[in-house]
Amino acid sequence: MPKIVFLPTDVVLFLILLVLLGYVRKAWRNSDLRQAWSVVGRDTAAMCSAVLLLCFVGIALLDSLHYRSLLPPAATAPANAAPAYATNTLSLLDLLLTRPREAREKSYSVPLATHLFDKDSMQRGGVSVRDYPRLEFGGRHLEDPARQWASDVAWRSAQGLAAGLLASLSLWLLAVQAMARHGGLRSAAAWQLLRHNRTDLPWRAMLLTGSALLLALGWVAALWPLYHVLGTDQTGNDILYQALKSVRTAVVMGSLATLATLPLALLLGLLAGYFRGWVDDLIQYVYTVLSSIPSVLLIAACVLLIQGFVDSHPDVFVTGLERADIRLFLLASILGLTGWAALARLLRAETFKLAEQDYVLAARAFGVSHWGIMRRHILPNVLHIVLIVSVLDFSGLVLLEAVLSYVGVGVDPTTISFGTMINSARSELARDPVIWWNLLAGFVFMLVFVLAMQLFASGVQDAFDPRAQRAPRKARNQDPP
Amino acid sequence: MLNYTLRRLMYGLLILVGVNLLTFVLFFAINTPDDMARMNIGGKRVSQDAIEKWKSERGYNKPLLWNAQAPAVEKLTHTIFFERSVQLLALDFGASDSGRDIRYELGQRMLPSLALALPTFVLGTFAVLVFALLMVFFKSTYLDFWGFALAVVLMSISALFYILMGQYFFSKLLKLVPISGYSGGSDALLFLALPVCVGLLSRLGGEAIFYRSIFQEEISKDYVRTARAKGLSEPAVLFRHVLRNAMLPILTSTVAVLPLLFMGALLMESFFGIPGLGSYTIDAINGQDFAVVRVMVFVGSALYIVGLILTDISYSLADPRIRLQ
Repeated sequence: MPKIVFLPTDVVLFLILLVLLGYVRKAWRNSDLRQAWSVVGRDTAAMCSAVLLLCFVGIALLDSLHYRSLLPPAATAPANAAPAYATNTLSLLDLLLTRPREAREKSYSVPLATHLFDKDSMQRGGVSVRDYPRLEFGGRHLEDPARQWASDVAWRSAQGLAAGLLASLSLWLLAVQAMARHGGLRSAAAWQLLRHNRTDLPWRAMLLTGSALLLALGWVAALWPLYHVLGTDQTGNDILYQALKSVRTAVVMGSLATLATLPLALLLGLLAGYFRGWVDDLIQYVYTVLSSIPSVLLIAACVLLIQGFVDSHPDVFVTGLERADIRLFLLASILGLTGWAALARLLRAETFKLAEQDYVLAARAFGVSHWGIMRRHILPNVLHIVLIVSVLDFSGLVLLEAVLSYVGVGVDPTTISFGTMINSARSELARDPVIWWNLLAGFVFMLVFVLAMQLFASGVQDAFDPRAQRAPRKARNQDPP
Repeated sequence: MLNYTLRRLMYGLLILVGVNLLTFVLFFAINTPDDMARMNIGGKRVSQDAIEKWKSERGYNKPLLWNAQAPAVEKLTHTIFFERSVQLLALDFGASDSGRDIRYELGQRMLPSLALALPTFVLGTFAVLVFALLMVFFKSTYLDFWGFALAVVLMSISALFYILMGQYFFSKLLKLVPISGYSGGSDALLFLALPVCVGLLSRLGGEAIFYRSIFQEEISKDYVRTARAKGLSEPAVLFRHVLRNAMLPILTSTVAVLPLLFMGALLMESFFGIPGLGSYTIDAINGQDFAVVRVMVFVGSALYIVGLILTDISYSLADPRIRLQ
């Protein structure tokens, strides 16, 4: 049995998942919430984004189940020796992607290449020559790459795409079947509804998104076992593998930091808006102080402190991954603890209004305690603001991670993230010929993720608070002052 | 109004005191001078002597809050808190941990920072407003839809990409402008062209969406219908009526950042090698020069507070209905 490892971020991530599932259950039963979410459901862009986001979250969750594999007992070990575990912590995603993870080349190689990107000296027929060495894994099965490569790649791509096409066809068939059974229609009628986009939810667009994903999946599945689909980086690691690993870092950053803002923002926002007077003054003072400090500097200061702590206590953490993970965890917490002011301000203003309402007055007349009023009458009525701000901030946090990594106060250098991928691209673009695939992979994955998150957030905002002006989203990500 | 401004200034001072206390706790109480010395000298095994030497060279060897050995008033003044935190309020910034005068550095670096930040800000605000107004002008047409889509995409791209791609295309491939660097005089134009454009592009998307929603709300009001009904052309409605009425939210998000322009732009400056305050800050963070980081925190929050006060004043200038009291 491998030893299962619970990293702090894993635990929190799954707790968040549980809370979200609980919310879904609640929203399903509550007619108002169901109403609002059905508005999101009719937003085509938001629903297509939701399909993509589900994939990203799925990858992140797979990558959050960690274990240390059991090592075979040493030959000299006594029979009742304690089992020894590998020193590196792996995740379920690593297990699935064992082949690309272990297929490590010497250095850079172009996507789908069979040779290294740089020349190296080697022995050929007793003479030392400089040439491009063959890759150790990519395209190894080819006898004569110069002749066979193009046809092999084309043939395998066709196979992969065909498989993807088949999979998406069956997806559509399943969808039509399900619709027919659900609505009591004949299949043909269901197909007509679907084809002309006359369904309740934008199923056509969602299925198209799913099909596109399946096609990409088929193509990757056909080529990845034999080639490095997106090339390799400086130390020869597969780029696609790294991009997939970055997804978890981004999801953790976004969700953990958002979660960390909530307790302080909710507590202080409600207290200030409800009690007013000196409580309000004090809380306003605290968050003005916090928000007057340039956010990157505040984050940098906190991170430098943490770094000092982690560096001076190396014995607390068993494996390198655990050390990197605690840093990720603390970084996300810092982002939350320094970033609650904006949400608290919104909640305070809303509570201000709500506390004037008649039903609050009535509750007070009945002798409900302050705590009871806040919990039962005010909190449920400000939750939509929390929801909107959380989803809106999520993408900003992902972008911020890249900036922080560049400034040098981001994730641990060993953690694979979009930020570290882009940072390495800086020197790669300066080379000649230029190394573009690393940056491209980071760019595409990050863009798709952030864009999907933005569109989904915009759908949620339209549904829950259609009249609100979009707060300037420049605030945290783009070029902080 | 003078009365109001004075009151706000007093409150601002109070905030600054708070900022000062917070940074003091962060930098000295949690992270003791010993830790700082260890990080700066580097390495795991640092002798206590080396730490003491490092501390005494920089004046960190005094007690934090209360110097019991000093005579009379110096019990309070010969402490790290007084010398490092209280003195900031008197704008005495002291020396950085590498021994250079911080105030001199600030003076030297302010101009390049401003030379980059001011054009970015002015041109950027102009471009954003034009973009947003055009989207509203072509409301519910394909231009609006694709303009909005473009803005969302622009907003979803990290500023780092804009910088990297800008440097790659314009400096490396086309060789139009230098990759990085700075010099005064007319050469500055050449060095600043690319960073200004990149800075402009990176804020275009998010802000255009923000202003678009403001204008859209404004355009659904009655006075717009009246203006259209009396036969004004659509540009006249937009630029003369809507723009002026949407001034308040625009001022909120522009005036407040105006003083912060002095702080420079962290990313732009460090990528393009402009010797401004932004790159100074990044160097300080990377070099773990806490004295500089602390001063920058202080200066940044002071400027932020000035921005808040300016915003209030600009409200009353833009909208005569608003009285400050």
